Amino acid sequence: MSPFAGWEMPLRYEGVIAEHLAVRTTAGVFDVSHMGQIETAGPDALALLARVCSNDVAAIAIGGAQYGLLLAADGGVLDDVFNYRLEAGRYLTITNAANHERDLAWFREHSGGLDVEVSDRASDYAMIAVQGPLAREMVQALASAPLPERMTIATRTLDGATALVAGTGYTGEDGVELLVDPAAAVGLWHALLRRGATPAGLAARDTLRTEACYHLYGNDLSTERGPIEAGLGWCCRSGDGYVGAEAVAAARAAAPEEKLVPFIVLDRGPARAGDHVVGGGVVTSGTFSPSLQTGIGLAYLPAARATVGHEFEIDVRGKLRRAQVERRPLLKV
Amino acid sequence: MPEASYPDDLLYHPDHDWARVEGDVATFGITWYAQDSLGDVVFFEPPAVGTQVTRDEPYTEVESVKAVSDVIAPLSGEVIEANVALGDAPEAINEDPYGAGWMVKVRLSDPGQASTLLAADAYVALLA
Repeated sequence: MSPFAGWEMPLRYEGVIAEHLAVRTTAGVFDVSHMGQIETAGPDALALLARVCSNDVAAIAIGGAQYGLLLAADGGVLDDVFNYRLEAGRYLTITNAANHERDLAWFREHSGGLDVEVSDRASDYAMIAVQGPLAREMVQALASAPLPERMTIATRTLDGATALVAGTGYTGEDGVELLVDPAAAVGLWHALLRRGATPAGLAARDTLRTEACYHLYGNDLSTERGPIEAGLGWCCRSGDGYVGAEAVAAARAAAPEEKLVPFIVLDRGPARAGDHVVGGGVVTSGTFSPSLQTGIGLAYLPAARATVGHEFEIDVRGKLRRAQVERRPLLKV
Repeated sequence: MPEASYPDDLLYHPDHDWARVEGDVATFGITWYAQDSLGDVVFFEPPAVGTQVTRDEPYTEVESVKAVSDVIAPLSGEVIEANVALGDAPEAINEDPYGAGWMVKVRLSDPGQASTLLAADAYVALLA
């Protein structure tokens, strides 16, 4: 167990490599209850989300899901979130634990003049992610009705408990994320283990998301970096109407000095977050890939060098390790 | 992963290293507790033969999936052999920390330093 943002976090169970490979070949189950939830409800719910989120929230159908960003006025990233539209005027936003309180205050600060209720639901939900090629099959066996498709959300009864089931995840695999009453979470966890899911910790979650090239807030995203350099321009709508829109437009027009790229380490041994790139740039995520059996990561490189196939050197505690810019995702599943 | 064990014929350094002292030569490695704390080891680059190592000072690094850690020398001396097999099979550090997972053999500059190390029961008491 490891402390994080006020939570005791399950870092690993059996071992990170075994857990990682279980998710890639069968199914793993993660306790991600540290993730926060904000509910936005009322006639102006969409108007509030459109104000604080960079992406096209108006395009989310009822029962739909969308990844997006909360930006500061200067374009720095406050958080990356998932928005689910539960009903016509009711949305659930999944926040990062370390940012949850700031996000909540940000929503409330921007709700002035709007007919909307912003509720902190972080204590109302435990969150369990079930991920891997067999994940749906295992959850389906406990479910009252067919599970929602990818990028959609619906209420189902799972092993007798009411759950919001979302076809989303953070591993690159198919699977679902389950939001349940904390009182029901332990029973559901054990029901999933009985179906054959492997308990997987947050260390495996990190290696899996790095292979899939998903950003991690605090590493690859921060208030010091904007979405364009982070490669997240695709989830910033054009035009104004949201906080940070002007900064995004300016960054788009100017072209970023650095760009976030995935890389593999060509020499033995991984690079780590904070390691500097020779000639400019920095590693923001770095780990060992159990699937690729080599060091992998994400790094900000000067834009001219941020091209697929470009070889560069990383200063890993005084030793130079060669690396190469790759296409995303690093692992196709 | 093997069960926790701390063999009686080894001496232990409080930074979770062991030494098997045979005359003026000692073999070094990390303890079961150390490998368990690290998790799956994925990279180990042994120091070169001839390297001088100093008691209580790092002499190499071991990398797990999640992090890199210094390895502390339990005694001072000169590396006379390194376990190069760990370059291809670093997982031996997890699977057999006192056997195939040995790291270096060192010719001790002061074999008397061994008296400062802990016996197995004293080291285990430290972990409690």
